[in-house]
Amino acid sequence: MENLDNTIGKPQSFYDTFERKPGKDKQIVHYCPGCGHGRIHKLIAEALDSLEMADETVFVSPVGCSVFGYYYFDTGNIQAAHGRAPAVGTGVARANKKGYVISYQGDGDLAAIGTAEIIHAANRGENMTVIFVNNGIYGMTGGQMAPTSLEGQKTATSPYGRDIADMGAPIRMSEIIAKLDAPVYVERVSVSDFKNINKAKKAIHTALKAQKDRKGFTFVEVLSACPEGWKLSPVDAIKRLQDVMETYYPLGQYKNELETRPTKAEPLPRPSDKDIMTALGVGDKAAIINVTDTFVKNFKEQRVRISGFGGQGVLLAGTTLGNLAMHHELAVTWLPSYGPEMRGGTANCHVMINNSVVGTPVVDKPNVLIAMNGPSLDEFENTVEAGGTIFVNSSIVDKKVKRTDVKAVYVPMTNIAEDAGIKKAANMVAVAAYLSYSKAMDLNSLIDLLKVNFKKKELVDANIKVIHAAKEYVEKNCM
Amino acid sequence: MSEEKTPRVEIQPELCKGCELCISQCPKKVLELGKDLNHMGYNFATYKGDGCIGCGVCFYACPEPGTIRVYKKIRGDK
Ligand SMILES: Cc1ncc(C[n+]2csc(CCOP(=O)(O)OP(=O)(O)O)c2C)c(N)n1
Ligand code: SF4
Ligand code: SF4
Ligand code: SF4
Repeated sequence: MENLDNTIGKPQSFYDTFERKPGKDKQIVHYCPGCGHGRIHKLIAEALDSLEMADETVFVSPVGCSVFGYYYFDTGNIQAAHGRAPAVGTGVARANKKGYVISYQGDGDLAAIGTAEIIHAANRGENMTVIFVNNGIYGMTGGQMAPTSLEGQKTATSPYGRDIADMGAPIRMSEIIAKLDAPVYVERVSVSDFKNINKAKKAIHTALKAQKDRKGFTFVEVLSACPEGWKLSPVDAIKRLQDVMETYYPLGQYKNELETRPTKAEPLPRPSDKDIMTALGVGDKAAIINVTDTFVKNFKEQRVRISGFGGQGVLLAGTTLGNLAMHHELAVTWLPSYGPEMRGGTANCHVMINNSVVGTPVVDKPNVLIAMNGPSLDEFENTVEAGGTIFVNSSIVDKKVKRTDVKAVYVPMTNIAEDAGIKKAANMVAVAAYLSYSKAMDLNSLIDLLKVNFKKKELVDANIKVIHAAKEYVEKNCM
Repeated sequence: MSEEKTPRVEIQPELCKGCELCISQCPKKVLELGKDLNHMGYNFATYKGDGCIGCGVCFYACPEPGTIRVYKKIRGDK
């Protein structure tokens, strides 16, 4: 083996081969020949190498030509919606205080659709590094005008050249960001010639180092060539970058308070769950259900899908179940899914309940399905995990469950509700039937919860009647 | 064992998109575009064979992550 220490080559923070990239060419980037994104990627990867930050970094890719950042960087990767990378980065930075965030964005992404996100992330001083690639055009979509396109620049959407009276002047983002109080470091660089590439390399390194030192928000604007969008050869594009772009967008540091700024202050502690419950007026009532550690420890994950037609209250059944789980000190998510027609269409919801942390809120393999109508059974029967349970509203659904590897429980939910005096409470029958059968949580605690949630006493009493009727039916006919 | 070596540059022909940025920015003008095409259909950059000073300019000029490797120091282990 040859010793590579004295060589300059591919940085370690790139994957060896780009397995996520489709096609055969897994060692080159997807960009056009001469594209500045590739140059900038290398500088970021080198900085991650020398600061040993790659393992703790989440690279947030934008929408734009660099949407596929996750092909290349051997870091954590998230691809954000257009313009939203700083918002996604905020979430990552706040959730993982030991990690680092790179928000990599084009000028369409950052200076057009994402203007609000970048301004506010900067203004909050989030501990992240934004690499803003300013090529003065929308590359990905075929060369439309960006807020940063220069005066007179002809693009697909400014065929006669950018007219400032009509379209405003090109936005200088570094100057704007630097004017905010919170950012600690703002510099504009250009990946044109060797001298400027070196400055860009230093700036990216400085910004990432500042983030590592928890100094707060750092912003590096990189002027970059888009030969394809500019309709120039790569070599001529570099000339335009130097002669035209670097003139309108002066290079240099717009802010550097790294020496004087202390580490970014921690926000005040958030209110506890109990404080929030108290503020909502359900304070100590929240503790009405007594939960033991063993109950929580032994709780078996419930992945529940409740489905029916709009108006049957399937979403409310889900929130009721979710609420109950919260009062049992379980982790829970509730995700509704319905068409634009709030009534009459189909509706269903996902409820994930377990004893520690819910990963995805999406229940694609439920172990509990509650089918309030026929189409719901048709649609979701096959998604149920083997060994799971399907509760069927037999008042409406004539068919039987076809699967033999799941338990089927038939409960005339609509009839039971009607007999108990509230027709609309079939959803409550569904929840009560599920709890009576599975014993996942104590049925009496559902009653306790209702007493807290419903203000009107008649409504509480009627629902208690429904719950008892459901329990009786299940114990008599289904166990 | 180490042996005396002059600086040099290695360019992977099959990983080159022929953008010529390395060629135009090399201070010693020791790179050129070859006549052959690679599998992607690009004329690829090649090292003329001598005169490289190992400055690394071509590496940073190239938008590809690992197409160019520059051997900068005089000493290298074989
Ligand atoms: C919400 C939304 N609006 C619009 C688009 C279309 N779109 C895709 S990329 C892009 C602009 C990309 O330009 P830029 O951010 O400058 O990145 P570049 O491609 O030049 O690197 C637009 C408008 C989209 N994908 N999503
Ligand atoms: S369109 Fe422009 S920005 Fe996009 S890959 Fe091609 S050269 Fe790069
Ligand atoms: S290392 Fe410098 S001298 Fe050698 S080929 Fe590259 S740019 Fe030219
Ligand atoms: S800069 Fe890279 S891709 Fe462009 S010609 Fe040189 S080696 Fe090939």
